[in-house]
Amino acid sequence: MTELLKITDLDVEFPTRRGTVRAARGVNLTVSPGEVLGLVGESGAGKSTIGNAIIDLLVAPGRVSAGSILFEGEELRGRSEAEMRRVRGDRIGMIFQDPQTSLNPLMTIGGQLIETIEKTNDLSGSEAEKRAIELLEQVGITEAKARLSAYPHQFSGGMRQRVVIALALAGDPDLIIADEPTTALDVSIQAQILDLIKRLCRERDLGVIIVTHDIGVIANIADRVAVMYRGEVVETGDVAQILGAPEHEYTKSLIAAVPRADRKLDRFSSVDYIEGGTTPFKRIDIQTHWLGQSLRERKTGPAVEVENLNLSFVLQKAVLKQNRKMLKAVDNVSFVVSEGETFGLVGESGSGKSTVARLITGLYRQDSGTVRVNGEDVSSRPKSAAARAARRAVQMIFQDPYSSLNARMRVLDIVAEPIRFYRLTKTEAETRQIVGELLDHVGLGAKAALRYPHEFSGGQRQRISIARALASRPRILICDEPTSALDVSVQATILNLLKDLQQELGLTMLFISHDLPVVRQMCDRIAVMRHGSICEVSETERLFSAPKHDYSRHLLDLMPRMDLLGET
Amino acid sequence: MFFFILKRLAQSVLVMAIVSAVSFSLFNFVGDPVNNMVGQDATREQRIEIREQLGLDDPILTQYTRFLGNMLQGDFGLSYRIKRPVDQLIMERLPATLELVFVSAIIALVVGIGLGVYTGIRRKSWVSRVILSVSLVGVSLPTFIIGIGLIYIFAVYMRWLPSSGRSGTVDLGWWKTSLLTVDGWRAIILPAITLSLFQLTLILRLVRAEMLEVMQTDFIKFARARGLSERAINFRHALRNTLVPVITIIGLNIGGLIAFSVITETVFQWPGTGLMFIQAVDFVDVPIMAAYLVFVALLFVLINLVVDILYFVVDPRIRLGD
Amino acid sequence: MTRWERFKDNDIVWSFLHSPGAMIAAAITVISILACVFAPLIAPFDPFDPSQISLWDGKLPPAWVEGGQPQYLLGTDNQGRDMLSTILYGGRLSILVGLAAVCLGMVLGVTLGVISGYVGGVTDAVIMRIADVQLTIPGILLAILINGIGRAFLPLELRQEFAVYVVIIAIGLTDWPQFARVARGATMVEANKEYVQAARIIGLPAWLIMVRHVLPNTLRPVLVIATIGLALAIIAEATLSFLGQGIPPTTPSLGTLIRVGNEYLFSGLWWITFFPAIALVVLVFAVNLLGDWMRDALNPKLR
Repeated sequence: MTELLKITDLDVEFPTRRGTVRAARGVNLTVSPGEVLGLVGESGAGKSTIGNAIIDLLVAPGRVSAGSILFEGEELRGRSEAEMRRVRGDRIGMIFQDPQTSLNPLMTIGGQLIETIEKTNDLSGSEAEKRAIELLEQVGITEAKARLSAYPHQFSGGMRQRVVIALALAGDPDLIIADEPTTALDVSIQAQILDLIKRLCRERDLGVIIVTHDIGVIANIADRVAVMYRGEVVETGDVAQILGAPEHEYTKSLIAAVPRADRKLDRFSSVDYIEGGTTPFKRIDIQTHWLGQSLRERKTGPAVEVENLNLSFVLQKAVLKQNRKMLKAVDNVSFVVSEGETFGLVGESGSGKSTVARLITGLYRQDSGTVRVNGEDVSSRPKSAAARAARRAVQMIFQDPYSSLNARMRVLDIVAEPIRFYRLTKTEAETRQIVGELLDHVGLGAKAALRYPHEFSGGQRQRISIARALASRPRILICDEPTSALDVSVQATILNLLKDLQQELGLTMLFISHDLPVVRQMCDRIAVMRHGSICEVSETERLFSAPKHDYSRHLLDLMPRMDLLGET
Repeated sequence: MFFFILKRLAQSVLVMAIVSAVSFSLFNFVGDPVNNMVGQDATREQRIEIREQLGLDDPILTQYTRFLGNMLQGDFGLSYRIKRPVDQLIMERLPATLELVFVSAIIALVVGIGLGVYTGIRRKSWVSRVILSVSLVGVSLPTFIIGIGLIYIFAVYMRWLPSSGRSGTVDLGWWKTSLLTVDGWRAIILPAITLSLFQLTLILRLVRAEMLEVMQTDFIKFARARGLSERAINFRHALRNTLVPVITIIGLNIGGLIAFSVITETVFQWPGTGLMFIQAVDFVDVPIMAAYLVFVALLFVLINLVVDILYFVVDPRIRLGD
Repeated sequence: MTRWERFKDNDIVWSFLHSPGAMIAAAITVISILACVFAPLIAPFDPFDPSQISLWDGKLPPAWVEGGQPQYLLGTDNQGRDMLSTILYGGRLSILVGLAAVCLGMVLGVTLGVISGYVGGVTDAVIMRIADVQLTIPGILLAILINGIGRAFLPLELRQEFAVYVVIIAIGLTDWPQFARVARGATMVEANKEYVQAARIIGLPAWLIMVRHVLPNTLRPVLVIATIGLALAIIAEATLSFLGQGIPPTTPSLGTLIRVGNEYLFSGLWWITFFPAIALVVLVFAVNLLGDWMRDALNPKLR
């Protein structure tokens, strides 16, 4: 018997007042020792449910309604809470997504480790401490002895995730379930954590289940892959086969939607398996439409000019200036975006790329430097009529589809707000008609106007956001991570929409993202940012083929391997 | 740590300065101090003399500085009604109030936190449901109704305990305590329960709510996934994290005890500062009102300082900086 | 779906329809408010009409107790007024004062809180320091103080007439920091959300963003505070009146009735205190129950 874990015909139900939701249906999975199984799927696919079901920690009122979970030949279903407690930690370890919240903030790292070691190993205090130091060293934490008395908030995100892994390993388990272990981390840390998990798996002959939405993570670490869609495992197989030659229609469209890092495609291949993938609604003729009137305002020359922009945030207040701890969020940044081009700003979190966007739109005020929009200085006297008028040409699409729409307003009122405020139409009837046409044009349908934002999915909300931005008839569109909160298949459709709009309206676009493959598909030129300053500005294809700056090269190296992906 | 306390201290001084300014303005805006001192039918000469005595013709800032100086020495002037120094009156009555508040605070904290933790852990048990329902009644009972009810049951109907007043006091020279004799305890128990009940239910409900909130966090989920015992999860992980927000509210609530002692003391005719205050308001006896205001604010500020220091002890994020 | 079905499908409405406690509480609240508002129509007697009061009928026990008379269901007070009628009229005053005081505190607090949270900087610092200082004086104490000062300002002959307004202002003024803090906290959360940034980029002026975008999104927590605040305001009014600082005995509120009745408690005339006290507790309990349910139903974390 080689299987460590064998799940057969597993059903998980969540009774709700609108009927029972079957979060997992007839799931079959196996994991062998020394093997990493990738469990991949989009949000709502039920992948996390499987992990929680194995260790019997389903969120109430969820329950396993059928099937069996054999672990080392023993049935885990129907065990008492006390019996399960001896399985958790001792034989099955768990790693969660967010290292910021997975550790008790009021207890030292050592305290949490020793507590877990004592529970799982029956070791006395000093032996447990020795073991704790060993564990920390194994997960790559230096000066482990001194770190025992530190509290979680004194550690960085990556370090904390290492501590979380050490805690999961404390009981010397045979199986580790890692639920999106790298999603909350920066790319460079992601790679380190994945390497660590893979190394531990091989060294200790552990079985590992990695639950993730990220095909890149799968490509980097998994030996075998199970693809989930709406509670069912639609396809299982070797990682090379799943990524290179998927058989199931869903897997095919999922893989096709993944942005290619290795080359630039004209459009994302249309994904027909997913809702909202096609745009059945009528589009408007831009040339004659109200929306196209801004085309006549088209100018030549630079659309956005940023010159020596600086902004510092106060990290720690103090009365004396020299005692204040400051963070240079934007450090002498200059660049020019020409009319009609798509300019990318790339960097890890905290690199200042979003701050630059907020400086251009006037949400923040710069310490020094200038921003010019269509030649008009909008930064030195931001409240002047001229600056306001110029800034109206700039609109923005935000990252979070949930908080970027006012939940208390109808879609109609959200989209119509700029039209009404600037009196861009003559009558209310005309406003309503235009809102309907805009919603049609972004692929949502005019009927959406009378509903509220919460009735829509993440991708649909992003379309509402886009319609709202268009209602100001912008010439420049700033997209701040517009798809990073979305599933890949939805991401592909939104990115296609943005590309279409840019071509039709000749928009100038500033595209901000941490995701290099996405940027490669979208942008003409790219600026790489780090610690608030720009390392390199380059034509997209030149950056990917011949990066000049060390940091650009480093980022490119961290991109997920795409060689397993087949031709599409 | 030092700077943190220093900053808090500076804030406290600011608060006290504002409160003292407000209480100073009471003298000038509420009634005519001269009328209050000598009555309606005093002669013109008498009035001028008193005006000069009190320095009422000096610039307002001079008067305020003088008021502050006197206040710092504990001098709040003479009561308009009783014609005795206010600080003396307060000091005489302070032990009664502080002992009452102290006993109530102990009851509210011990029982409130205890039941809060119990209902937080045993969420589904029927005992918890009963405690919660009763606690909601507790929040809905005005203090004076509790007092009247307890008096009627235990003093009028059962005749077990005295209905009013403070008795069995022992004079320690600088402090008259009623906590050393059985009689003293018999007298304090009803008012103390009356005073504590409202705060007790508030603390109970707060601790429970915080406990439920903490139970939803990722680190509790992770602790479960490591197979830690319920005991370790409830007490080592959840309870301490619950205490951080609870400490602040409890600080505020002890301030609430002082406020409601006014009502309890009236119902039980307890000879404390609260009863004195109510009588002073009735007769617009400004020196006592002003002094009481400053005194309550001072107690409140002190409690908050203690709370801040407790924060330090409990939360390493504040102690060690981010 | 019909309009009603869609309404019923709303999470909060659903939670309400499946919480017997909340429904009972709402029923009691609505019935008490109606009973008190329509007191002149429902009450068997008019306690303020001297022609209907006779001292001969004073101190009668409730109808079911020996010596009680059927026309006085809950007995009469020392002056011969029908208890049931005085309670209805008294409750009317209590509810009115409570509602008015909460509205005053809410309007003041929410306005200052939203401005404080959205504008930030010096404005925020000043407003919140004032709130902090005010919070160092416990609410009921401050209400007693403001009430006392307010009365001292009025000439003797006007004190009774204006007592109700003085009480409303005293309680309302002590309430506002709670509302300001909650509104400010919610505003700061909302102001950082991207929909507000989007509104700023569109170019809307600050006041319009505050009124149209921020305010409606801060109302949920404010509503919870307001409900609990109503219970507290009713208690505060009763407490002031009980202490003899509030509503005068000529037009008694529930608190005044309890105060008057308390003097007869020792002589065994329990009903003069007991019934007004029960009426007050039931009213406050119902409002609290409603507030409690609202807090749970509106808290997305607990759902």
